[in-house]
Amino acid sequence: MAKTELDSELVGSEYKYGFVTDIEAEHVPPGLSEDVVRLISAKKDEPEWLLDWRLRAYRYWTKLEKSEAEPKWANVHYPPIDYQDIIYYSAPKSRKDGPKSLDEVDPELLATYDKLGVPLHEREALAGVAVDSVFDSVSVATTFKDKLAEMGIIFCSFSEAVREHPELVRQYLGSVVPYSDNFFASLNSAVFSDGSFCYVPKGVRCPMELSTYFRINAAQTGQFERTLIVADAGSYVSYLEGCTAPMRDENQLHAAVVELVALEDAQIKYSTVQNWYPGDKDGKGGIYNFVTKRGKCAGRNSKISWTQVETGSAITWKYPSCILQGDDSVGEFYSVAVTNNRQQADTGTKMLHVGRNTRSTIISKGISAGHGQNSYRGLVKVLKGADNARNYSQCDSLLMGSECGAHTFPYLEVKNNSAHIEHEASTSKIGEDQIFYCRQRGIKEEDAVSMIVNGFCREVFRELPMEFAVEAQRLLDVSLEGSVG
Amino acid sequence: MLEVRNLHARVEGKEILRGIDLIVKAGEVHAIMGPNGSGKSTLAQVLAGRDTYEVTDGEVLYKGEDLLEMAPELRAVEGVFLGFQYPVEIPGLNSLYFLRAAVNAARAHRGEEELDAVDFMALAKERMKAVEMGEDLLRRPVNAGFSGGEKKRAEIFQMTMLEPTLAILDETDSGLDIDALKVVSHGINLFRGPDRAIILVTHYQRLLNYVVPDVVHVIHNGRLVKSGGKELARELEDTGYSWVEDAAGKGTDDTMGQRTGYAADREGGA
Repeated sequence: MAKTELDSELVGSEYKYGFVTDIEAEHVPPGLSEDVVRLISAKKDEPEWLLDWRLRAYRYWTKLEKSEAEPKWANVHYPPIDYQDIIYYSAPKSRKDGPKSLDEVDPELLATYDKLGVPLHEREALAGVAVDSVFDSVSVATTFKDKLAEMGIIFCSFSEAVREHPELVRQYLGSVVPYSDNFFASLNSAVFSDGSFCYVPKGVRCPMELSTYFRINAAQTGQFERTLIVADAGSYVSYLEGCTAPMRDENQLHAAVVELVALEDAQIKYSTVQNWYPGDKDGKGGIYNFVTKRGKCAGRNSKISWTQVETGSAITWKYPSCILQGDDSVGEFYSVAVTNNRQQADTGTKMLHVGRNTRSTIISKGISAGHGQNSYRGLVKVLKGADNARNYSQCDSLLMGSECGAHTFPYLEVKNNSAHIEHEASTSKIGEDQIFYCRQRGIKEEDAVSMIVNGFCREVFRELPMEFAVEAQRLLDVSLEGSVG
Repeated sequence: MLEVRNLHARVEGKEILRGIDLIVKAGEVHAIMGPNGSGKSTLAQVLAGRDTYEVTDGEVLYKGEDLLEMAPELRAVEGVFLGFQYPVEIPGLNSLYFLRAAVNAARAHRGEEELDAVDFMALAKERMKAVEMGEDLLRRPVNAGFSGGEKKRAEIFQMTMLEPTLAILDETDSGLDIDALKVVSHGINLFRGPDRAIILVTHYQRLLNYVVPDVVHVIHNGRLVKSGGKELARELEDTGYSWVEDAAGKGTDDTMGQRTGYAADREGGA
């Protein structure tokens, strides 16, 4: 009995350090209105300026919705979303509602963790088990947070940042993705629940991959996340988002916004592994992942590098982009997107060359299996003043089976004659011939598929932090299991 | 080492092998010659375990074991090597990485320690010389962008790395100019040994000028219709295959068999 009380106390204390807001459970009826926006803001005890910003976003979104401005140009198909049928605020669920031990967890989920090599204590956390071991990780996280604080690095939940560092949030929020940017970004701006905030001060090199030790908290990320990362002059930060393990989520629509700001000589490396529920074999269920991610190389000689491994979600609509504003700034986009069964992905990037001598690299690898549909959509835009801009784009597609599809939509707008642009594209197919060739050399079928797929993705995986890269490879193996043969 | 008895196989309902009998002993080099569509590539593929072909009758013993029961990868690690007529390209998969995985699969099967990257590279460099293969080819993805001749050389190089006991070389000579043919032949001859056997599947006699076989078989219409010493190959060179076809041709059914055999041959290797 006493132990249970202690547990619940610890559960409560977790929110203090973690990423989840500290609010009593409460239900808000489905639907979106100005009142709901006000309520969300009030629940979070937000300052007036933020409420104003949310309201402006809400009003803008309402206009968009009336004019049916929800983007329809992507090569994805889904039934109309009823935005009045979504619950925009729900308090974080207590861990006590979760299973009491791994014995109560869906064995299929556990089998997947096993294949992915997820450490035992993390499995419990991911599956939402209410046990002590969860707290070990949390205390580890707290220790690292203290260490970061010593270096002046701020890394906390978005809500906490609004409370503790309002001047920074106010300065940069919406500076890269304004609330009027697009339909889903407007929606997010109006109702975002929480997310992450990171500020790295001048000249500081963040000594660890951020969020490696915190990723368990990702199990509680909401439907409308908002992330803001600011790297001050001469600083460096590598940020990892997501987790290879599949996570349970009741929300079908996810509309996150990520903003990155790199000042002079600063570098931001942002890596994502996205493995939300993709729906079943027939395409039932699954997450709609409509994300706006953009980074601004605001300062001279700054660099932003996006690396993503997208294996989950029923629909992925996502274009991590770079605004290369500072002279000599560099933007990179490395992507692996997998669609299996009935998954659809329309993903790519935008590289906007504004400053002089700006360079960008795009490496996109699309893998389609089952009935999956995979589209690369990318824009390289060179503005008038962007002398000597350079871009290299490479889009490769790998098909497994004959029912899937791969599509490439590269767009190019060049307004400066000194620009140097290269684009390469290829489509290949994993055939029985390739598999048999490998087997004839003594390599087992599943290893052969894995080798071929990982070989295909190598240029992207090598951009991932080492530990993440290993996980990403395993994830690919699991995602494509049984796709050939 | 290899005993093939009354082997029948078909693809898409068409019978291509119609009772092959063949005994290959350790140390021997056998040549299987025949016109297009005679079933010679099918025989090579069936021995390697390609499941496109359905074995309908007969048996194959390899070192006394039932070969047909083994998965292709097991045959490989047990020492059966197929040099492909059309080696497939695998974009993105580094040749060195691929070959090391293959070599180590065989070593693991024999209970030997795996070769690390350094030892493997040392061995590869040594073996590459035999087939005059540039190291740059190994830095590229498997067979990707290789010329026809480079692909065949790479096959022989892989063979010397994997050190199989039974090597089946399917038209390794086709598409090679005379210099490349000499290089490839040299590689094969270096590989010959008392514990190893080689089956050369070929349309032409010219390879056999450089790799001298112990036994020559003529395959026609899915059967070995004649066997003899190396002089049989010369005889074929002089007279062509028409006499074989005349001797074996017995009407429309066989003509059908030939056509499907041809199609399967191409498909099997491509």
